[in-house]
Amino acid sequence: MIQYFADGIIAGATIALGAIGLTLTYNILRFANFAHGEFLTFGAYFALLFAGFFASAQTIGPLTFGWGFLVAVAAALVLTALLALVLDRLLFRPLRRSDVIVTLVIASFGASLMLRNVVVFLWGSRPEYYSRNIAVSSEILPGVRMSADELFVVALTAALMLALHLFLTRTSLGRSMRAVSDDPSLARVAGIDVQAVIRWTWIIGAGLAAVAGILFGLTVQISSEMGFNLILPMFAAAILGGIGSIYGAVLGGLIIGLAQEMSVPLIGAAYKPAVAFLLMFAILLVYPKGILGDRT
Amino acid sequence: MTGTFSYLVFFLAQASIFAIVCLGLNLQWGYTGLFNIGVAGFFLVGAYTFAILCGPEYLMQVGGFELPFLVGLVGALLTSGVVAFVVGIPTLRLREDYLAIVTIGIATTLQLVALNAEWLTGGSQGAASIPRPLPGLFETVLGRNVLMLSLSLGVMVLVYAGLEAMVRSPWGRVLKAIREDETAASSLGKNAFLYRLQSFVIGSSIMGLGGALYASFVGFVSPQDFMPILTFQVWTMLIVGGSGNNKGAVLGALVMWAVWTLSGTIAQQVLPAGLQVKGGAAQVILIGLVLMTTLVFRPRGLIGEEAAVSSAAVVESGSRDSGQTA
Amino acid sequence: MSEPALAVRDVVAGYVPEVDILRGVGLEVREREIVTVLGPNGAGKSTLMKTIAGLVPVRSGSIRMFGEDLVDVPAHRMVSRGLAYVPQTGNVFARLSVQENLEIGAAARGARDGFEEDLDRMYQLFPRLAERRRQAAGTLSGGERQMVAVARALMSRPRVLMLDEPSAGLSPLLVGIVFAKVREVRELGLTILVVEQNARAALAISDRGYVLAEGRDRIEGDAQALLENPEVGELYLGARRALA
Repeated sequence: MIQYFADGIIAGATIALGAIGLTLTYNILRFANFAHGEFLTFGAYFALLFAGFFASAQTIGPLTFGWGFLVAVAAALVLTALLALVLDRLLFRPLRRSDVIVTLVIASFGASLMLRNVVVFLWGSRPEYYSRNIAVSSEILPGVRMSADELFVVALTAALMLALHLFLTRTSLGRSMRAVSDDPSLARVAGIDVQAVIRWTWIIGAGLAAVAGILFGLTVQISSEMGFNLILPMFAAAILGGIGSIYGAVLGGLIIGLAQEMSVPLIGAAYKPAVAFLLMFAILLVYPKGILGDRT
Repeated sequence: MTGTFSYLVFFLAQASIFAIVCLGLNLQWGYTGLFNIGVAGFFLVGAYTFAILCGPEYLMQVGGFELPFLVGLVGALLTSGVVAFVVGIPTLRLREDYLAIVTIGIATTLQLVALNAEWLTGGSQGAASIPRPLPGLFETVLGRNVLMLSLSLGVMVLVYAGLEAMVRSPWGRVLKAIREDETAASSLGKNAFLYRLQSFVIGSSIMGLGGALYASFVGFVSPQDFMPILTFQVWTMLIVGGSGNNKGAVLGALVMWAVWTLSGTIAQQVLPAGLQVKGGAAQVILIGLVLMTTLVFRPRGLIGEEAAVSSAAVVESGSRDSGQTA
Repeated sequence: MSEPALAVRDVVAGYVPEVDILRGVGLEVREREIVTVLGPNGAGKSTLMKTIAGLVPVRSGSIRMFGEDLVDVPAHRMVSRGLAYVPQTGNVFARLSVQENLEIGAAARGARDGFEEDLDRMYQLFPRLAERRRQAAGTLSGGERQMVAVARALMSRPRVLMLDEPSAGLSPLLVGIVFAKVREVRELGLTILVVEQNARAALAISDRGYVLAEGRDRIEGDAQALLENPEVGELYLGARRALA
């Protein structure tokens, strides 16, 4: 049983990273971005692309990848952030400005479908992997087997979350982002360049999503549907934790990850997204604000 | 020439089924402003309900009731309505975005169930040999297709007429009032939530009806038929045709289905076998571009109506506050 | 005669293209003056302030601050130009602490020097806030929130301060305190424009006033004269009686 718990933490880490970006954009831009899953997918595929260039034979310790891979990750982050900015510029910004009850949500849903098919178009529909190195699982605690890669996932996620917390509380840009998330109209009045904050929101949200996608690709597999398959758990995590709360997204991510993995012995692995959905539905029924949320 | 004619019959039958689903979506989105991104899910419920009620005995699953055609249709209406009811109750009280998230969740979940619950749906094999109405009436494939076409056109006209009557009725006027100014409508004692729920349930039932017709027409359903691409196609049809306008829904279905099948045929003829998958992807990208450009440049579609200011615009342009006067 | 702190001339403005709320309004605030804008509901008082602050599009007319045009300045640059605006509602960042609200105010200035001194001065001006500096602004009482809102604006070292109904929702005692503070703030060298419903309290501390109705300025005069003017009384009390 404890193995499932550990698996849940790993899965939860990925979901949490993705959910943070989702809740950030939902907060500041006030719409549910269904295309967010594709940032995970593109992050993973960009890293795949660059991993080819920067491949080094030397792996770092027990991990399945070498320093070249980390360079690829950095490059992938940059490209994914760019993708997000381009998407915002071309699609979301014109729709925000126009005089129609537009549905940014519909547009993001459509963009999500398109982007997935762009991946198929460019990379084909077969699943991929970063390396042929087998990740060896060893028993790190009694009853718990994890590979070095999986430990890396958990460690990196924790580090990123700490970094994000420090960023939001100690830096001026972080404070501005929280201000815009609290009250965008007042933020303008108070001298904050809301457009710049929006740009940074996309960059950070997409960047975190790219990392989540790469980590998922590292420990599971890379496929064109990977982001889309995770969008439901990510939304569930954000809603469970309280939309608008970054810490809620983290908490929600962990809960969803745990619930999904620990349900496997009960109902099988195929129904994992359904578990996320049920949890989300339940919380909407009973306590729609979410655990750490304070806004409707 | 019979080749072209029979192709046309086939094409129109499918288009009219899509038109029915699109009309259901128009009630939800065009007239009530509800974001239902789970269209495929309700369509699925209708299709499988029909298969279970009207289909023959299946090897591993529920079914074999072999009930009459009409019963199947009504059953499909009811089950999809019930699903909508259950989903709508908690969600319609919340922010509009939440309905989008929940509906996509329910569609995904339903598709998962269809894929895995073999005892109910036959799993990935699906359900086959779903009957047509009045199977003995025509001998030829063409004859049967014409019958199906007439049926689906008939249903489409009925649904259209019904919806037109509804939106012109007092009920429809309240719906419009709620959409334009909810606070004012509530102050008149109209419970916005109830109206939205009714609209949601009725619209989803119509989608289920379309699903049932689909099941009967194709004769075979499997989980692969109900992927998000279907929801996307229906939305594109509505947006391109013109939301808020029932004629627009029908027109959009016709036009976009034509674009879809045409692009599909071109891809099939032109591309070598190895690139077929990529061709399929290109097809979706093309449709996506059509939707995006329509949204950005002509949001009211071909024959739709103007709509009001979006609240999302407040964040960015800031030059519109919520109309406070002082 | 140097340029007035604020010069609004013939401004036509509105939120939505079809509806003009301001229909050719004009006013002037000279340096170091306290000017109050009065008027019945719907007259456009708040809209006037929002327009000056850059939140509402100007269709025609001009707005100048110390001679510099403001109409083409985006709203978020107003603060660095020296114009600070405190809205009536939604005027603090509820989920940020008092201190953070003030930090945002200071950051808007651009320069970092003197932050500590400014902060001390704010806490001296509003001692209650010093005790609550780490509390989330949304958890404070109405009066304290108002203080945070004004302090945030002051931290940006503005030359012109605009207050939209500073007394709204406050008890009479607090109203008195608020307006006393406004007077104190003027002593710091600021020019202040106030929009108010509570005509008496506002005019008591003002130099001059304007009365707006239907998007235009109708009456203008010294504060004392307005208090004694029966027309003003009529607009407010429905009876031809002076306010004072």
